[in-house]
Amino acid sequence: MSDAITHEAHHHGPPTGAKRWLYSTNHKDIGTMYLIFALIMLFLGGAMAMVIRAELWMPGLQLVEPDFFNNLVTNHALIMVFAVVMPAGVGLANWMIPLMIGAPDMAMPRMNNMSFWLLPPAAILLVLSMIVPFFGGGQTVNTGWTLYPPLSIQSGMGMDFLIFTVHILGVSSIMGSINIITTIINMRAPGMNMMKMPIFVWSWFFTALLLIVIMPVFAGGVTMLLFDRHFGTSFFDAAGGGDPVLFQHIFWFFGHPEVYVLLLPSIGVLGMIIPTFSRKPLFGYKSLVYGMAVLYGLGLIVWAHHQYTIGMSIETTTYFMIGTILISIPVGLMIFNFIFTLWKGSITFETPMLFALAIILMFSFAGTTGVMLAVVPADLQYHDTYFVVAHFHYALIPGSLFGLYAAVFFWMPKWTGHMYNERLGKIFFWWTTIGFNLTFFPQHFSGLAGMPRRIVDYNMIFTEFNVMSSVGAFAFGLSHLLFLYIIIKTVKGGEKATTEVWDGSSIGYAGLEWTVPSPPPFHTFEKAPVVK
Amino acid sequence: MTSNEDSYYLPELSKWPVIAATALFITLLGVVLWVNGGSLWITGLGLVGMGYMFFGWFGQVIEESMSGKYNAQVDKTFRMGMAWFITSEVFFFFCFFGCLFYLRTISLGWLGGEGTMARSNMLWDDFAAAWPLISLPNGGGGLYAEAKEAMGPMGLPLANTIILLTSGVTLTWSHHGIKHGNRFQQVWGLVLTVLLGVIFLVCQAYEYYHAYQEMGLTLNSGIYGATFYMLTGFHGFHVAMGTLMLFVILVRLLKGHFSNEHHFAFEAVAWYWHFVDVVWLGLYLFVYWL
Amino acid sequence: MHLKRESKLRLATVGGLFVLSNSAVAEYGLNLVEPASEITRSVFDLHMLTAKLAFYISVIITVLVVYILVKYRRSSGAEADMQMHKGKFGVFSWLLVPIIVLGIDLSIAGPGTKTLHQVERHVDAELTVKVTGSQWKWTYDYLDNDVRVVSNLQEHEPNEPGYLRSVDKLFVLPVDTNIRFLHTATDVLHAWWVPAIAIKKDSIPGYIHETSTRITKEGTYYGQCAENCGTGHAYMPIVVQVVSKEKFNDWVALKTAEASAAAAEASADKVWSKEDLMARGEELYVKNCVACHQVNGEGIPPVFPALKGSAIATGAVADHLDVVIKGKAGTAMAAWGGQLNDLEVAAIVTYERNAWGNDAGDLVQPADVKSAR
Ligand code: HEA
Ligand code: HEA
Ligand code: HEC
Ligand code: CUA
Ligand SMILES: [Cu+2]
Repeated sequence: MSDAITHEAHHHGPPTGAKRWLYSTNHKDIGTMYLIFALIMLFLGGAMAMVIRAELWMPGLQLVEPDFFNNLVTNHALIMVFAVVMPAGVGLANWMIPLMIGAPDMAMPRMNNMSFWLLPPAAILLVLSMIVPFFGGGQTVNTGWTLYPPLSIQSGMGMDFLIFTVHILGVSSIMGSINIITTIINMRAPGMNMMKMPIFVWSWFFTALLLIVIMPVFAGGVTMLLFDRHFGTSFFDAAGGGDPVLFQHIFWFFGHPEVYVLLLPSIGVLGMIIPTFSRKPLFGYKSLVYGMAVLYGLGLIVWAHHQYTIGMSIETTTYFMIGTILISIPVGLMIFNFIFTLWKGSITFETPMLFALAIILMFSFAGTTGVMLAVVPADLQYHDTYFVVAHFHYALIPGSLFGLYAAVFFWMPKWTGHMYNERLGKIFFWWTTIGFNLTFFPQHFSGLAGMPRRIVDYNMIFTEFNVMSSVGAFAFGLSHLLFLYIIIKTVKGGEKATTEVWDGSSIGYAGLEWTVPSPPPFHTFEKAPVVK
Repeated sequence: MTSNEDSYYLPELSKWPVIAATALFITLLGVVLWVNGGSLWITGLGLVGMGYMFFGWFGQVIEESMSGKYNAQVDKTFRMGMAWFITSEVFFFFCFFGCLFYLRTISLGWLGGEGTMARSNMLWDDFAAAWPLISLPNGGGGLYAEAKEAMGPMGLPLANTIILLTSGVTLTWSHHGIKHGNRFQQVWGLVLTVLLGVIFLVCQAYEYYHAYQEMGLTLNSGIYGATFYMLTGFHGFHVAMGTLMLFVILVRLLKGHFSNEHHFAFEAVAWYWHFVDVVWLGLYLFVYWL
Repeated sequence: MHLKRESKLRLATVGGLFVLSNSAVAEYGLNLVEPASEITRSVFDLHMLTAKLAFYISVIITVLVVYILVKYRRSSGAEADMQMHKGKFGVFSWLLVPIIVLGIDLSIAGPGTKTLHQVERHVDAELTVKVTGSQWKWTYDYLDNDVRVVSNLQEHEPNEPGYLRSVDKLFVLPVDTNIRFLHTATDVLHAWWVPAIAIKKDSIPGYIHETSTRITKEGTYYGQCAENCGTGHAYMPIVVQVVSKEKFNDWVALKTAEASAAAAEASADKVWSKEDLMARGEELYVKNCVACHQVNGEGIPPVFPALKGSAIATGAVADHLDVVIKGKAGTAMAAWGGQLNDLEVAAIVTYERNAWGNDAGDLVQPADVKSAR
């Protein structure tokens, strides 16, 4: 196969058939596969959320058994985080980073394909973990996505499937990150120096750096879990001198930075969209880059704010509290840079921009509830209630999911060569935004009123808020059918997109993505462009 | 050799990534079944697949490298790739060392009646914290069996330290040989390194055997045994992989694959080996000695 | 101009609503529950401080963004100022924003730290209670006077107010007393949380930590387990009854008497009749074991094995006693030896061996249990 390659072979356009996808070494195809995978998993994880909301519709057991309910919670979260937001983010990185920096492809195209093809096996293991309990596989994994022992030691073989799911995802993320970092450092076109890179590229640079640090640690943690379960070790069992809380430290050393893994690519997307539709260069480019660096550093050392209730010393707790609160500084800087970009701009309201604006508002709100949670004594009341659930869905859905939606609308014309239907896009925006707020805003109140998370059933004093939340969730869920329809319609056809796509797209720190045709040819930048 | 200086080498379609993913999937699926009482043959099947994949994929890369398809930029990509891979490995070990420190200095204190959760001692009559932890909080009942003694730093561990450090030296000596075109030095330096790696593994296997048979130090002997085997075990696994890689490099060296400028594969494995070396020093210090 | 006034107005109305809702919180459950101890009071105040800050920041950002959107929309003819990021503001704003945010941060961290010290201050306790979480019930040991209360869920229908909120045995505490709680668990993590009177701390098997409180109002306070503990996590309510000191002392005296009577009964080497053991056994089984093994003894296979017709429940007595007393490590089956006395174990085991068509036929006496321990 390999000896047949001549330089001309590249120009023959895409290969055909299943091999094009299975054996792909093309960043655009691999990016597309990532995005499709994420979309499918969004429906799976979302369907689980729908069952959760249907069960919580009113007091009493409606649909599912307690164990299965918590299994749904566990896998809903794992799917959304690991199989939706992260792959979608990598998909965007795959598509856009080489285009933006003028690289012919990712630095290691074959490894790139392997990163992707590890995901379906991981998804299979994850689904198996839910199914085996029905076939004599022991206790369902009812721990929540945090997999805390000793509960996770009681679980049956579903837990082992999850452990290896984590391992495979870890391998995939690490390989993906190595590839992205190497591409960014080594594959830039002449003249595209680091401080000229589009902010989206920077955001992925830090994201990848985070992943390289945290994924191995998480892999180590679940490995110890495996050993405690099957090989008689006592890492998490006090009887042998271990400590269940140790696992929490490992998990959150991974888990907290992970939330910035989910957030940062969306911040990068905002940094591209807002200047475009304000027709004004990004405000504070440098401080955004340095802000991300600070976020990177701070993000790695504040993990224990998820564990204020485990009984740490006052000094330790205070340290984690102050560290966590300080994170509002770099993030606030980013938010205000976006607002100042809008200031004195010439603003229009296309769908990506609507999402971007909604993100600014709703994510800031999530951040402020985050700061409330960071204050230890208050968190001792909020912890493990729906207030936390509300906080993190406000952070995760605007902070990552909406960022991805915005990116899809923003770049879809570039990818497919067709404009999406703007009217449907706007309908989708308003529908999701209203549905989302209706779902999660009431949860702040049920949390304050004392409703713990991960419960299958509750007393009727919590009914009103839960009804609102469920109604909102179904509305929000249904809106995704429209999303799917818009995407399919755009792929199939529509108004032709120009090379520039948006009239403000090349303003400020845009990359080279707007210099190639829409859709870009199968191979781009085989001869490196020169950036002035 | 033709070198393609102005264009970055982009591979055509390749089947190896999918095979790699599938093989890994089968291997791990097999492990799940195995730890739940199944047999090991599915894992075996997966491992065979992995072996096939490594041969095929690396074989292809070697071939591409030998036929001069890689320019300087590709070389730089490989270097970065390896460096970041080792970084991720550093954090893998960081996790286990972190656990060791946490267990030794924080939670053991609580169980023994010191620190913020000192009252925990109420639950464990007569338990006094000590390291190495021989007598367990629950007195060694239930799932756990107490070890008779702890592993000391002298004897085999010290010998192993010396062996590994020496192997670092011989490897560097071999590298110099490559750079200066000294055939004797390259080959014998590498042969010695491989041998030292094997000796290290044999010593460690003997040490485990001794610990299980005579000292009663097992995975079940509380967190001392658990951390001991976890850290030394994963390190040993890395040494085994490193030795295998060195062996492959030795074969390639004998085949004359490396020139005094182009020998990145050698360097990559050397980095890896030095990394494994440094981890050992940490182990020796914190697991055996202090 | 016109617009500015409008947005100010909006700010005022929304803010007003928020303040109004503060006073009405207790009834409508829009806020943390009304505090009933000094600690929860100061936590509540802290919460109000941060919540207000959060609210104002969100409002300011929203108003600012909406204002910009209206003013600089292209349809009103706004033209972009391409030089703005190069101006003085553009160059120094990176300093300005962090300084302001840092200021707000410090004004949150200050009170936060202060309250933390208050929460963690352990004054000399007049009463110490060990609170133990197990799957799925709470056990309260009054360490100063050998009293133990085991508190289980009380069944109700979903449309009854007590659903998932009431328990069979109340946890009784005196008012105006420095109380210390020692939290621990027997199997997995739990968290004992009664929002009105005490902050939450996890119950961790094998470890103990403390919280303390001084309750200022008599009354009944509700809470529930706040750390996922598996199947019955939603079914671990807590009800605390706070009474006057006198009433509390009476209650303790009563409980102590009951406890010593039970202990005497159990340790007297009395031989019990089958009827007595079966009756007691059934009651205790329903209280302790049905959560997993079910009333009909059929369990929920494969996780919770059936006892009906099981090899253990119909085989050798010694094995049966062994499982119940020592539990099965690594599974949900706890070691009951520590929680049940000889008589209780004897009764339960006798019951299991003779109920649901199990026909071992034998009786287990407290003396057998004693020797099996
Ligand atoms: C995208 C994901 C995401 C993001 C970005 C964040 C961001 C933050 N989170 Fe959140 N968080 C989660 C996802 C996320 N979180 C998840 C998933 C959980 C639960 C996990 C689980 O238990 O299952 C969680 C839980 C969680 C907890 C634990 C709660 C508990 O279990 O008791 C805490 C506590 O400190 C916290 C704090 C914060 C803080 C301080 C930030 C900060 O980064 C926010 C910074 C942003 C701002 C502050 C807004 C912008 C700034 C300004 C407008 C300037 C002015 C503002 C001020 C001065 C306040 N989060
Ligand atoms: C990126 C991450 C992410 C995303 C996007 C979501 C999205 C959603 N989440 Fe989730 N969630 C988490 C991450 C996420 N969540 C995490 C980390 C937890 C904590 C888990 C734990 O405690 O361990 C959690 C927990 C969690 C809970 C708490 C469970 C509990 O504690 O008991 C709830 C309850 O309401 C919930 C609801 C929802 C809903 C309604 C959505 C919706 O946004 C989903 C909407 C999407 C769809 C619905 C798409 C599918 C559409 C169709 C299938 C079409 C058909 C539709 C209909 C028939 C209506 N989530
Ligand atoms: C939290 C759940 C739970 C509770 C409560 C519980 N058990 Fe169990 N029990 C289990 C589980 C799980 C097993 C299976 C252990 C195993 O895997 O071997 C078990 C096993 C047993 C067995 C052995 C059955 C067999 O055939 O192997 C007996 C006997 C038993 N329990 C008795 C009791 C008694 C008596 C009580 C109450 C005092 C009780 N259990 C309460 C979970 C529970
Ligand atoms: Cu006990 Cu949740
Ligand atoms: Cu966090």
